[in-house]
Amino acid sequence: MTVKEIFESMDYGPAPEDASDALAWLVDQGDRFGHYINRAFTAPGDGFEAKNPATGNVLATLTQATQDDVDQAVKAARTAQPKWAKLGGHARAKYLYALARLLQKHARLFAVLETLDNGKPIREARDIDVPLAIRHFYYHAGMAQLMEAELPDRAPVGVCGQIVPWNFPLLMLAWKVAPALAMGNTVVLKPAEYTSLTALLFADICQQAGLPNGVLNIVTGDGAVGEMLTNSDVDKIAFTGSTEVGRRIREATAGTGKALTLELGGKSPYIIFDDADIDSAIEGLVDAIWFNQGQVCCAGSRLLVAESIAEDVYTRLKARMSGLRMGNPLDKCIDVGAIVDPIQLASITAKVDANTEGETFQTSAPEGCYYPPTLITGLHTASDLMQDEIFGPVLVSTTFRTPSEAVEIANNTRYGLAATVWTENVNLALDIAPKLAAGIVWVNATNLMDAAAGFGGVRESGFGREGGWEGLRAYTKPAKSPKPAANVTAFTGDKAPTDPVDRTAKLYIGGKQSRPDGGYSKPVWGKNGVLLGHVSLANRKDVRNAIEANASAAGWSKTTGHLRAQILYYIAENLAARGDEFANRLDAMQGGKKGQAEVDAAIDTLFTYAAWADKYDGAAKGVPIRGIALAMNEPVGAIAALCPDTDPLAGLVGLIAPAIAMGNRITAVASAPFPLAATDFIQILETSDVPAGVVNILTGDPTDLAPHLASHMNVDAMWSLNGHAAQIEAASISNLKRTWITDTPVAHIKPQDMLAHATEVKTIWVPYGE
Amino acid sequence: MTTATQTHLPQTTEPRNDGMELDMDWVMSVQANTSAIERRAATLPGRRSVKKDYQAAWLARAITCIDLTTLSGDDTPGRVRRLCAKARQPVRADILEQLGLPHLQTGAVCVYHDMIATAVDALQGSGIPIAAVSTGFPAGLSPFHLRVAEIEESVKAGAAEIDIVISRRHVLTGNWQALYDEMRTFRAACGDAHVKAILATGELGTLRNVARASLICMMAGADFIKTSTGKESVNATLPVSLTMIRAIRAYHQRTGLRVGYKPAGGISKAKDAITYLALMKDELGNRWLEPDLFRFGASSLLGDIERQLEHHLTGAYSAAQRHPIG
Repeated sequence: MTVKEIFESMDYGPAPEDASDALAWLVDQGDRFGHYINRAFTAPGDGFEAKNPATGNVLATLTQATQDDVDQAVKAARTAQPKWAKLGGHARAKYLYALARLLQKHARLFAVLETLDNGKPIREARDIDVPLAIRHFYYHAGMAQLMEAELPDRAPVGVCGQIVPWNFPLLMLAWKVAPALAMGNTVVLKPAEYTSLTALLFADICQQAGLPNGVLNIVTGDGAVGEMLTNSDVDKIAFTGSTEVGRRIREATAGTGKALTLELGGKSPYIIFDDADIDSAIEGLVDAIWFNQGQVCCAGSRLLVAESIAEDVYTRLKARMSGLRMGNPLDKCIDVGAIVDPIQLASITAKVDANTEGETFQTSAPEGCYYPPTLITGLHTASDLMQDEIFGPVLVSTTFRTPSEAVEIANNTRYGLAATVWTENVNLALDIAPKLAAGIVWVNATNLMDAAAGFGGVRESGFGREGGWEGLRAYTKPAKSPKPAANVTAFTGDKAPTDPVDRTAKLYIGGKQSRPDGGYSKPVWGKNGVLLGHVSLANRKDVRNAIEANASAAGWSKTTGHLRAQILYYIAENLAARGDEFANRLDAMQGGKKGQAEVDAAIDTLFTYAAWADKYDGAAKGVPIRGIALAMNEPVGAIAALCPDTDPLAGLVGLIAPAIAMGNRITAVASAPFPLAATDFIQILETSDVPAGVVNILTGDPTDLAPHLASHMNVDAMWSLNGHAAQIEAASISNLKRTWITDTPVAHIKPQDMLAHATEVKTIWVPYGE
Repeated sequence: MTTATQTHLPQTTEPRNDGMELDMDWVMSVQANTSAIERRAATLPGRRSVKKDYQAAWLARAITCIDLTTLSGDDTPGRVRRLCAKARQPVRADILEQLGLPHLQTGAVCVYHDMIATAVDALQGSGIPIAAVSTGFPAGLSPFHLRVAEIEESVKAGAAEIDIVISRRHVLTGNWQALYDEMRTFRAACGDAHVKAILATGELGTLRNVARASLICMMAGADFIKTSTGKESVNATLPVSLTMIRAIRAYHQRTGLRVGYKPAGGISKAKDAITYLALMKDELGNRWLEPDLFRFGASSLLGDIERQLEHHLTGAYSAAQRHPIG
């Protein structure tokens, strides 16, 4: 076209980014890559091709790791770890700072290579992915510097296996690698097989930075390599990817003692209230569901619109969609690029084609590995597309009538990663944000991210946070590991009871003492062989009833910290009033004379968590926007807990108190050998204004009860100070509940650690400005 | 007689906005979320760029949308004649020849009332309309009847376009009816001359006020809405532009009528001009890239565009002294 013709047509025309430097880098590397192990690239072996999805062109040949490669990488990391940790925070900070600087110096090279490999628009790689990755390394250089002073009770986890997805290859690498290295861990990273190139370029950068041997190792390959890494001698697995694979990893690591964090899928709601700035909300949708072709775990993929404005919103949205420019991802003037791989394209296409409901609006897409921006309106919560993650540029929508209905629909999902709320009413926004089941809530914005703010989900969107102080918990463990509690077993005997009146120790469910569903009890003998009483043997139906009661007591989570403190003090008061009786009971069950000390310890614990109930503050994060990012400590929800066999009273109180102090409901399974302190404690709870269903106490065989509790889909977290790790962790995949299994005696667990287990950090982003 | 016959504007094909009843329900339902608007505005330059021939063509288009302006206390007939000559020949003839756009002219020339006669004379036969700032520009605080009379005088003197200033106090005190009535009166005084409503957005406090004032001026019959006088401390910005453009889109959606947009003040770089054109194209469509619906109020923008066009042709960066001043 001549200038004159363009003058008439006013088309945008091509604005391609020059890819020659990135292609030259590939050529310099021989277009073939091995793994990066112990600060050297291994010789390229058999493998697979890295392709540009926009053209189908082969960019390089990559090596499929063998078991031996994975073992070598883990061994290198294992050897390097103690030295890396011992270097100290300041020395590690210097390396991380160098990595940040080097990323910055090669920013455009990374961006172009990412776009070539992944198909995302160069604008996104250049303006979002790479700057956020750089920021993550700067931020965590600071964390390394501060670790000794600010986290004196934490130590590195050890060797971390990290598996990252193909949607944000470099950014997810940064999110995983930066905190791990900062905290003194070493890493074996496996990038996704579709998108390994920027990880290999990053390895090049690490070499330039002089990062010591074995601190960061990279192995390439498909899911089989991920499995090898999961099963290797690592201390932790950090995974970002699909919920399906996350489940497999949870199962594979069950009972191995490996720490695990999972950042999984989502079907995040995007709520537009009738007083919203509709044009801005629609522009937000562009950033929510058409960002990175919708291949974003936290994509606002479920549009919920106030019924009164729905038609207007849809009309304007369709007009906006028609203005999206799709095509060559290297074009600087492109909004939507290529889908990462033809397999993903087929998956998106199949899901949309299978839908027969609602009305579908699509713009057009170029030939090749592209999927057009799509809006499907008129769906209902019962529609598959409203529940299942599509992981493509497909927005589904339904309407709501009231704020409470908006919340109800928003939370009607297995997932809980992110949520977006648009309203000009600050009351409504701040009322809704805490009610949404999500790890991240954006008010009048979407997809805001920063290294200082925690990112991660609830429910089947996974567990653990990335970013902020809370993110460091995933890469540290308590510095001290006290001796595990000694094994104890129940006494047996044959002597008559000393108490002339028979007493029945029942279960405590929903504020009522109830007989066990199965109708079985078992005797409890004192050390001297005297029959102390009988306890109920709870079964799976009692578990069901207890969790049901926990669910009915959800209002407890909305109470104030002050109220919960008052109730905890009241429990302490009532326990103290009957201190002698409890001390005698403990002595009779366990023998010895330590009963009074245990009662005192339990009262101390109740005071401790009463004190914390209104002091476990959240934070306002220093994120680089005009606005606030609030980190709110929210209760995990319903917790099932296996109490330790030892310390039958202090162990019980040590789990119940932090749980309810933070607003959780809990079902506790009492010490199996010494259950009567727990059943006596029922009367304390009954007289202390604890609302029905907030605390349930079961007695019975933990081995029988653990799988039912761990697999129950309405339990949000399971704690065990009574072993059964393999069973619990394997069964937890039903709803991907958080699990915490420790053999540390309850008296040695720091309250802050307890409270961290009892809460989830929700990050609420509120940009402001008038 | 219509002004369109005197100018090169295609206004004959576009029904003029005669306005509508003041609809306060609509006005009060308008929202503008500042942070979100700023984010969109901030990412736009990174989302849209035009290169090579496309860039040259877009810059040429920008020239046709410039209201080449002088609004200074020291304006003289000589100064205005020079400006008018520049409007007729905004870019060196050899450059325009090579671009294949030999007859390029600016959208209008914009002056104070006293300079209209000079401009009419200087632009004779060019078809370039004269825009006059009016109504006690820039503050708009002279007696109301004099402001109305000023419009009438300017139209009589030959101005085809009148850039009026609204009473900011009506917005700041929430006296929307007064704003509507004032605009209605100004529009009536303009007769066949087209009226651009200057909102002085830098003085309206909030983007929500900008959005509401935009809507009211359109309801009262504005042909264009314009950001600024160029005399406020904050003039045209992308967030303000986005807010006003969205109001234009909403008005078009509701009434079918197209109202023009004129950002003024502070747009001095060729790259900014392209960003504004992209904003118009993305938010409103190609129809709004014509000079009857889009104008830049600018004085130094043209110089930068000239240098860019020469660079486009020669491959070497250009210098100001190679281009005649306006």
